[in-house]
Formats: sequence, C-alpha cells, structure tokens
Amino acid sequence: MTDTLSQLPAVDASRPVTVRRRRRKASSYLLPAFFWLVMIWTVIPIVFMIIFSFNQAPQGRIAFNWFGATDTWYRNVFAIGGLTQALEHSLAIAFLTAVISMCLGTPMALAMARYRFYGKTATDVMIFADIAAPSVVVGASLLGFFLTLNIPRGLTTILIAHVAFAVVFVVVVVRARLSGLDRSLDRAAADLGATPWVAFWKVIFPLIVPGIIAGGLLAFAMSIDDLIITSFVAGQAVTFPIWVYGAVKTGIPPQVFVMGTLIFVGGIVIALVNTLANSRRQA
Amino acid sequence: MAESGVIEPAPPASHLTTGRRLQRASTPYLLSLPSWVYLIVFFVVPLLSVLALAVATGNPEIGYSYTGHVSQFWTAVDTYHVQLVRSFWYGIASTVIALAIAYPVAYWIAFYGGRHKSTYLFLVLLPFFVSFIIRTLAWEFILSDQGLVLGHLKDWGLLSQNFHVLSTSWAVIWGLTYNSLPFYVLPLYVAIERIDRRVVRAANDLYADTPRAFMRVIFPLSAPGVFAGFLLVFVTNVGDYVNQQVLGGTGTYMIGSVIQDSFFTNQDYPMASALSAVLMLILVVAIFLYARTFGADSIQEYSA
Repeated sequence: MTDTLSQLPAVDASRPVTVRRRRRKASSYLLPAFFWLVMIWTVIPIVFMIIFSFNQAPQGRIAFNWFGATDTWYRNVFAIGGLTQALEHSLAIAFLTAVISMCLGTPMALAMARYRFYGKTATDVMIFADIAAPSVVVGASLLGFFLTLNIPRGLTTILIAHVAFAVVFVVVVVRARLSGLDRSLDRAAADLGATPWVAFWKVIFPLIVPGIIAGGLLAFAMSIDDLIITSFVAGQAVTFPIWVYGAVKTGIPPQVFVMGTLIFVGGIVIALVNTLANSRRQA
Repeated sequence: MAESGVIEPAPPASHLTTGRRLQRASTPYLLSLPSWVYLIVFFVVPLLSVLALAVATGNPEIGYSYTGHVSQFWTAVDTYHVQLVRSFWYGIASTVIALAIAYPVAYWIAFYGGRHKSTYLFLVLLPFFVSFIIRTLAWEFILSDQGLVLGHLKDWGLLSQNFHVLSTSWAVIWGLTYNSLPFYVLPLYVAIERIDRRVVRAANDLYADTPRAFMRVIFPLSAPGVFAGFLLVFVTNVGDYVNQQVLGGTGTYMIGSVIQDSFFTNQDYPMASALSAVLMLILVVAIFLYARTFGADSIQEYSA
C-alpha cells in the first residue's frame, strides 16, 4: 500500500524518529507476546479435552489426573445409548435449523439490502432485538408461549426455537454479502433483457451463495451449541449439550470428550476446505 | 441505516402498467413475509407475552388469571435483588476484562497481522469448534482443587492446601471471560481494521505521542466495535447460568439460574416472567445509557 502522507517531509527531523522507533519496539515484542499468551490461554481447554479423551480413566468417568493412554473411548465412542441419541438429535436439529434459516433468511436479506420499504426500520429493530436479547429471556418467553398454547415440548419446539434465533444471523451475513455487490450487475442483466427473476437466479444468486453457506454454517454452529434456550423448550427431549450438562453432577463419561474432539477436528476440516474453496474462487 | 450505494433512484415508472408497478412495490414485502411471520409469531409475541404473564397470578394446575398486578415486579426485584446485582457485577467484570484482553489482540491482528491476518483470526475462533459446555467443563477439571494446576502448586507448597478457585466469584468471571473472548475480538477487529492508517500517521506528525494518538484517534474510531462487542458479551454474560452452575457454587447464584429454577423447580411462571421482564428492562436501560454516554453514532453504525 503506497502511503502518500509518509512521503511528505517530516516537520521535525529529530522527534518523530525516536517516537516511531519506540512504537515499533513495543509493537514488535509486547503485542505479539501478549497475543500468543492469549492464544495459549485460548487453547488450554481444547488441548485438555483432546489429551484427556485418551485418558485411561477409572470407572468410565473423566478424571482430572492422568492414568495412562488408551484408545478404549474411541473404539466405544457410541457405547452410551443416551449420549449417542442426544448427539443424533443435535445434528438433525442443527441441520434442519441451517436449511430452514437459509430459506427464510435469504429473501429477507434481499429485501433489506436492495429495497427501501415501509417497515424497514422496524424490521431492523426486530433483527437487532433478536440478536441482543439474552438467551434466558428468549427461552423463558418461548416456554411461556408454548405453555399458554398447550403445545407439547419436544424436538419440534427445539427446532422452532433454534430457527427463531438463527434466522437473523443468516439475514445479517447474506445482507452484508449483498451490500458488497455491484448494483450495475443488475442493470447489465436488465439491459441484456433478463427479467428480475432470471437476473436473480443467473447473476445475483451464484454470487451470494458463499454468503448463504456462511450464514447456514453459522446457524448450524449456533444450534448445535445452544444450551440455555434449548433447556427451556426441550421438555423430555435431550440434545448433546443438555445431556452433557445433565451429567455434570454424576460424572462425565470420556466419550463426551471423544465426541468433542471428533467434532472439533471435523469442524476445522470443513472450515479449511471452505476457506480454500473460497480463495480459489476469488483467484 | 441505509447502506450507501444500494438505494436506487425511483425508476421512471410511467411506461409500466399498474400491475407491474404494484408487483414491483410489493416485492420487498413478499420477500420479507416468511421471516416476518416467523419472527413475529416465535419471537415478538412470546417476548410481549412475558410481560402479560408477569402480571398474572395462578399456577399450572388452576390456570392463570390476568390480574394486572404490577406488584409482581416489585416482589421479584425485592426477593432476588442480590442475584440481580451479582449478575450485573459478573457481567460488567467479565465484559471489561474481555475488552482489556481482546483489544490488544484485535489491534495487533488488524495493524500488524500482515498477510497472516486470517490465520490469526482463525486461532482466536478455535474455541467455537468445541462445544460451549465442553469448554466450560474442561476448565472445571483444570481448575479443580486437586486438579492439574492447583494440585501441583499445592504439592510444591506454593499454595495452601485449602486454597480453591472453583465455586468462587472469580471462577465464574474467568469462565464468562474465556467464553466471550472470541465474541469481543471479532467486532473489535472489524472496527480497527477499517481505521485509515494515514489518520494515525497524521496524528504522529502533529506531535501526538503513541499513547495520545491511541486515546484521541484510534480508540474513538474503534468505538463501534467496542459497542458491538459490549452488546454481545455483556447481555450474554448477565443472563448466563451455565458458567455459574459448572464453575461456581451456592454463593454465586445468578439471575439466569433463578429464572430457570422459578420455571422448573418452583413452577412459579409469573415470577419467572417478571424476572425475565425486569432483566430485559434493566438491560435496555443499560444499553440506552451506554449509547447516551458514548454517543449514539456507534449504535447506528453497528446496525447499518
């Protein structure tokens, strides 16, 4: 990046040099050192989870001391029926949440990014409130709502609740992607005789697909990780976080850490593949 | 709030038939309709009915009558003011600590990250790939009284045998801070990245030393990121009960746990609703005060 201001002659030849040198020093030692310290702090629980998923813990419960390495828990990862079923529930709900949120959120993102209309500000406030509202309040209000209408709580109500908080994130992400697009693309398509419908599917949609996928992945991640809202609307249904939270008092089987490790590795692989695909598309 | 460059000038519509014009005008409504219906039914209406249930009396067996007793709010605040105050204290402490940690991290990535910026950001986001409850559990094991850290320190005689971290306030704040760090780094990074480096250079040329250039130029320009992060982290942390339940003890009860208990243990739905409403009202006031103190521009910029 060429910097025009830096090419101007310095007003005072002696002073800025010392200032700049001191700043460079601080930025080249202190800040990176701090960054890497924070990163160590960040990965401590992750490393703990991965290492202790191999721990030969007695009684099939996670212990905080090392008893030797074993791959028992990996070979018996699905041995606990309730936990496996909870994980299946979580994956299914997260997948459906992502799909429904993408279908509902993308058109709204289109309307918010491309049109001026009555009620747009109110919609903005609603999106903002949905993002900012604390989970306990959202969960409690949904439970009150379901109780009032006598709707039985279960997997369906979990899905309904998850879409209610995930859809706005799809709107925000897709809208940001749309805002970055050049409007003249629409005009060019129209000049070439495309109807708005055709122009959308042939020109705009392919360009915002990465945004839709990113929004969907965000919705998936938030759904599979949600505990607080789910705990209110779950009834007797059990998801992975609910199961683990429920097991805190009785003791956590190492399979929980195994599943966590597998999800961690899988998530990183997906993220890396997505990044590589994106950079290749842009290249 | 309007994104620059997206608002198209009203097209000359004279050549369009009334039908086409109507179609064009209704497009944004048709596009928004599915999400609107969904969010109104499953977000706005339940949120408003919390307020309605809060002024009702009754229990699940006999049903509720809407008596309009506003006194429920005072009872709620009066009974649980200790937990309310504690929740806000934990929320403020964890938000401020997270900001103090996240700011240098975001600043370094944005200004000195070079071409590895996305790699560094990816590192910051690593916790997102591990379930929230597992991360918190891992801390519980690491910080436990005879665990890896405290156990060894005690064996070496560096700590007294009855020293403990778990079930103290600081354990809860530790967990809240850890879990909110990525949520604070991201908006800060976005805001700092947008700062024009030449403005900083200009401040230096005008004899601002590094601290002053930071306080008078860089920090004010990153205010939208500070606000966005504050909103995400503070609101989440005040309402959280998972960190408190896993890392805390009986002396760290937060309002989220109280709401949870009112619903499931005591089945006192009006009390739970009143507490939810009170929590939300206080949060709205807090956000409003923040915006008034530090300027409303940051809010508008965030929502744009």
